[in-house]
Formats: sequence, C-alpha cells, structure tokens
Amino acid sequence: MTQHVLSLLVEDRPGILTRVAALFARRGFNIESLAVGSTEVEGLSRITAVVSLDGQPLEQVTKQLNKLINVLKIVELEEDSSIARDHMLIKVKTDATTRSQVLEAVTLFRARVVDVVSDSVVIEVTGDSAKCKAFLKVLEPFGIKELVQSGAIAISRGSKSMSEKVLR
Amino acid sequence: MSNEKITGAQGIIRSLEMLGVTDVFGLPGGAILPTYDPLMDSKIIRHILVRHEQGAGHAAEGYAAATGKLGVCIATSGPGATNLVTPIMDAQMDSVPLLAITGQVNSHAIGTDAFQEADIVGITMPITKHSFLVTDANDIPGTIAAAYELATTGRPGPVLVDVAKDAQNQKFEFSWPPKIDLPGYKPVTDPHGKQVQAAAEMILASEKPILYVGGGVIRAGASKELLALAELIGAPVTTTLMARGAFPDSHPQHLGMPGMHGTVPAVTGLQKADLLITLGARFDDRVTGDVKSFAPGAKVIHVDIDPAEIGKIRHADVPIVGDAKVVIAMLTAELKKELGSKKPEISAWWQFLDGLRERYPLGYVDVDDGKLTPQHVIERIGALSGPEAIFTAGVGQHQMWSAQFIKYERPNSWLNSGGAGTMGYSVPAAMGAKVGAPDRLVWAIDGDGCFQMTNQELATCTINHIPIKVAIINNSSLGMVRQWQTLFYDKRYSNTDLHTGTDTQMVPDFVKLAEAYGCLAIRVEKEEEIDAAIKLAIATNDRPVVIDFIVGRDAMVWPMVPAGVSNDAVQYARDAAPIWDGEE
Repeated sequence: MTQHVLSLLVEDRPGILTRVAALFARRGFNIESLAVGSTEVEGLSRITAVVSLDGQPLEQVTKQLNKLINVLKIVELEEDSSIARDHMLIKVKTDATTRSQVLEAVTLFRARVVDVVSDSVVIEVTGDSAKCKAFLKVLEPFGIKELVQSGAIAISRGSKSMSEKVLR
Repeated sequence: MSNEKITGAQGIIRSLEMLGVTDVFGLPGGAILPTYDPLMDSKIIRHILVRHEQGAGHAAEGYAAATGKLGVCIATSGPGATNLVTPIMDAQMDSVPLLAITGQVNSHAIGTDAFQEADIVGITMPITKHSFLVTDANDIPGTIAAAYELATTGRPGPVLVDVAKDAQNQKFEFSWPPKIDLPGYKPVTDPHGKQVQAAAEMILASEKPILYVGGGVIRAGASKELLALAELIGAPVTTTLMARGAFPDSHPQHLGMPGMHGTVPAVTGLQKADLLITLGARFDDRVTGDVKSFAPGAKVIHVDIDPAEIGKIRHADVPIVGDAKVVIAMLTAELKKELGSKKPEISAWWQFLDGLRERYPLGYVDVDDGKLTPQHVIERIGALSGPEAIFTAGVGQHQMWSAQFIKYERPNSWLNSGGAGTMGYSVPAAMGAKVGAPDRLVWAIDGDGCFQMTNQELATCTINHIPIKVAIINNSSLGMVRQWQTLFYDKRYSNTDLHTGTDTQMVPDFVKLAEAYGCLAIRVEKEEEIDAAIKLAIATNDRPVVIDFIVGRDAMVWPMVPAGVSNDAVQYARDAAPIWDGEE
C-alpha cells in the first residue's frame, strides 16, 4: 500500500462530495481521509484526499477524478514540497497523580488543553500524521476516552497557489 | 438575442429547438406535465409517445447511434425516471450521446419522500457523464445547453437534467444563446504532434502490426480516415462488436471481429501481433480474455479521446489522447511523409494470417433437428437487405450471429448494446433508428427472450407509422445462457426454457401478439420460406413487420474463448482448437 495526498480544486456545487466519494468507492480506491472546505476564491472548494493504493497506479485515480465535470484541477502534494496537517481533539482520563504527566506530554508535543474537569482533559493537537500518531501513543496508557480527528489538509510550499490559472 | 417572459417548461422546449433537436421520445406524468403542454405546440419537435420509459431511452439511443446526433428522452419523476436507468447506463457503457430530461417534484417537497419523488440525480450519478438538478427556471437554458455540450462532445455519453415542477411553471426571461458554465470540462481533441510521430515510427518498425478498431471510430465519424490509414500501411484490421461497420467487411484487409466470439484470424492476429494500433477501443474483457496473456508480444499504440481509458487495462507504449478522426488523419499524413510511395514490408505476417483465414473461415454447421438454422436466417436477412440497412440486436446468441454473419459496409449500420449487454435493446432502438433515418431499412434482430422485454413499443411503431422489421430468432429459450449451461454446467438447463417454440405451449404466440399490435406477422418454419418472408417484410412499409423464425435451440455461437481464459485457447468449434504452433 502506498499513500498519496491529493488536492482537488472543485466547483462548490451540490453533490460534489458525493460524486468524489462515490467514485472512490465504485472504482475500488481506498480513502484514508477526506477534508473539504472553502477556498480563497468564491465558488471554489478544496478537497484534500489521502488515498492508499494497492497495485493501482495513481494516474488512474487522477484521470477518473478529472472526468468529474465539477473537478477543476488535481495535484498530488508530495511530502517534501508540501505541508500536511491533521487536527485532533482527544479526551484523556486524568486524576491528581497523572495530570501533571499528561500536561508534560502536551507541552512536549506543543498541543493545547482546551477543557479540564476533575477526571479528564480535552486536548487539541495539530501536526503531521506521524506526530499525531506518536502523541496518541504517549497518551494511550492514561486512557483515551474519546477521539475525533479531521482528515488531513495540505498545501504546497512556495508562493504559487493552486487556483492560479484555473479560472480564465 | 430576444428577451421575453416565458415559463420554465416553455424554456425547456425552446432550448431544445434552438439546439436543433427535432425528435424526442417520452411519456408524460405529474412532475413533467408542465413541459408536455408547450411541447404540444412545437412546430419543430416531434414527440413520440412510448409505452414504457425504457423504450424511450433505447429509442433515443438508437436514434443517436444511427444518425450521430443527440438522442433525447423525457420522463416524469419517480418510477418514470427510474425506468430510464437501464438505457442511461447502456448509453454510458457505449458512449452514446443521450439527453434525459426528467420532471422532479416541487423544489420545496424535495427530500420529503413526496409522491413519485426519487433522487434520480443521485441514482444516476455513477452512470451518467454528468447530471443536473434545476430548481430555478433562470437556469434552464444554460443547463440544457451545457447538457447538450457534454453529451455530444469529447467522449459522448448520457447527461440527465432533472427539473423541479415549480421551475417548469416559473416565469422567467428567456434569452439565447445562454452562457455555458463548464470550467472543469476541456476535452482534448488535438493530439500531441510528438506522440503521433512516435506512433508512426513504431508502425514503420513493426513486422506484425494490426489495427484494433473500437466503437470510438464510429462515434468520431472516422471511417474514411481509417480506410486511408489501413490501406497506406497494408496492415490487417479487426473491428470490435462496437465497431462493426467502421471498416468494410468486404475489404481484403479485414479479419473480422475479435474477442470471445471473434474470428480465429482476428483473435489470433491480436495474440501474435508485435504492435496493436488501438483506435477508439478500450481493451474490454470480452476482447482481451485473460488480460495478462493478451497479445503478449505486442507493443501498444492507444488512441482515445478519454485519457482515463489509456493505461486503464493495458499499458500503452505510445498513448495518444485525441479525437480519432483528427489523430488518424495526422498519423496517415505523418506516415505518408516517411513512406513516400513505399509500403511497410509485412508479407510474412500476411502469409500467416491468410493461412488462418483459409483454414478457419467463419462458418456454422446445420444442426439436424428439423428446425431452421439461426445463422442461415440471419445471413439471409443481411444479404437481402443490402449495405444501407440498419440492424439492431438484443443480447445473446442472435446478437453474436448478427455481428458475425451480416456483412457491414458502412458505419452507423450496426447498433447494439455492447458494454451493458441490455436484453430488450433492439425493438426500441430500431424504432429510434427508423425515426432518425426514415429512408433506411431498419431491422431489429431479436431473441425470443429479449423480445419479451420491450415488444410493447411495437404499438408505438404502428400508431406513429414507424415501419421497422423485427426478426425473432425464436429458439424457445434464453439461448446464450443455455449455451453456457451446455458447455459449463453439464447440460443442466436451469430456467432457460421460454416455451415460445411451435412444439411447446407457445406462450405467447408471437404471430398473434404481433397482429394484436397491428403488425404484419409471419411465421417461418421451413428453409424454403425464409427468403420470401424477408422479401415480403422489406416490401411492406405501411406497418411494422414481425417474422417469427422457428430455429433450433442446439445451435451454438462459435468460435468461442471461454470467459477468463487466454485468447490462445480460442475454440473454432466445440473441442476444436486451431493448430498454429510451429506455423510461425
């Protein structure tokens, strides 16, 4: 299995997410994560899809996606020329004896505590997927009560923007 | 530019008129009622009222496939729309330019499970080139124009426009031409010059080239260009099921159809070639058999207008994205420059292929069962109808025999359901073809199983004076399934007997059924009656004709490559594999 981060610039039309997700399902491409949001251009949305491929060439995925009429542009964001971030909210069990250890981990990983009660804390962390995974591993022994995470979002390094040259 | 206030419904009809649409097939219902009102007054558009929406869809497909123009069908919401699902999927698989317009419930009722509400945009998402939901009349002209553009350009395909009833009733200011807003749609028609040059070099270096021609050549209207290219390089030509007629069958370079029921020379030609010149074909599993062992020694030039087809199944050494008509013409020009008056030297290749042609011509044996031989019946229909006729087929044995034993000399003469394999395609498709090409003789060659799925459109044909001819190749069974049961299921004939033969209960009696629909009906049981019946059918044009040909059920389609095995295992007839080892 190889993972690729794809960035799709799409028209903000009803059903576009369904079309993209259904295409992945129908063609047997695995989605690891999917994140959608608006962009600097009105009417355009950006979908970041992390796909795992087993045997299939990435080219077939991008070609099929390109056939969707509402998809304007697709780029693969390679690790060394782009920044990718996951976002997590984690509810961790704490008590008087463990709280300081948890807070220490929070500091080390440059995470933030966003809610505290007597027997748990909610931690917010942002980073690449390796950092987030490592952080979870550190927290696991204390007891993770609840975990939510966004799909990865990614952007290229440098001054160029993806929406350049797309519209007219 | 004229600006006036009209209803959305009038806007739909006006837009279709402006786009040059002259014929539509459909059936009204609650959610599309507003559109049927102005349709009644149109001086330009002829609406043909079908008996089932599936018939409307296939008729529009047949119309499109026969003429190369857009086919249009109309249905109401809910079940009316879902009855179009099969033809829409069929059009998607075979790249047919089809516009489906459906009524939708009022926009405020969408999502409430209202009466006859179906999310037809959602249902058809994976089987359309694109689909639109319109809830504001102001969007109607732009959407219909965009749908037309999408359906007819690039790789053609079906587009669905679902229009809410309140949008059809809403008054708005109509103006034409509208702005077409498709920023994400840019089909590539002109190829890279460098790629064309690389293809030419590869062709010149090849000792065993073969042209693998698919339905894209017909959709692109590139038959003339294909003939010039083929004659310039002198290479053998194969035409797939979707491409029958793209290259004349009478041409000495034509090896016939490749694939599961292809000719031995075509199947073997592809297997042994050192270069596949692939034009508008997509390496369908019915052509390749087991992909890993398909044409193992061949390099591949792959020309297609859809970039996603290139490299999908088979790696292309020279990929060329472009319109087949443009690419083939450029390739021919490039080769002419290189060749001058010479021709590539491939006589050893032809010697091998000619040996196969001599030893393994297409043929059939007469099963001695006192019934008609189906291949002979179909061969006679083709021979007596001539090269300008149009033939549609259902799916199964009769379809394969029609592809094999009718000689096609021109494109848009063989219409069938290739990718989808839709039983019931032929009668409505023939109806649509006859509407689109009224001066051409149109035959629906059908099976007794297929015919029972859509024969109600004979009523449409009779009422609307659409004199198609239907030949039922009646073997009283689901013949192709039965053939597989004979070959692979130990002759256990599970649920393939249809009881339509003369020595059965004969339910229904096709002659009585056809007469009830107002057709001239003929039953043929003796060989000496075949020609006279066909001639009578051809001469009868005041109503449709149905001929019930009573054929034997043990006739089989040969040659055959069993599903999923290598094309090297092609069988000429049962348990008779061609011998070619040591012949190269």
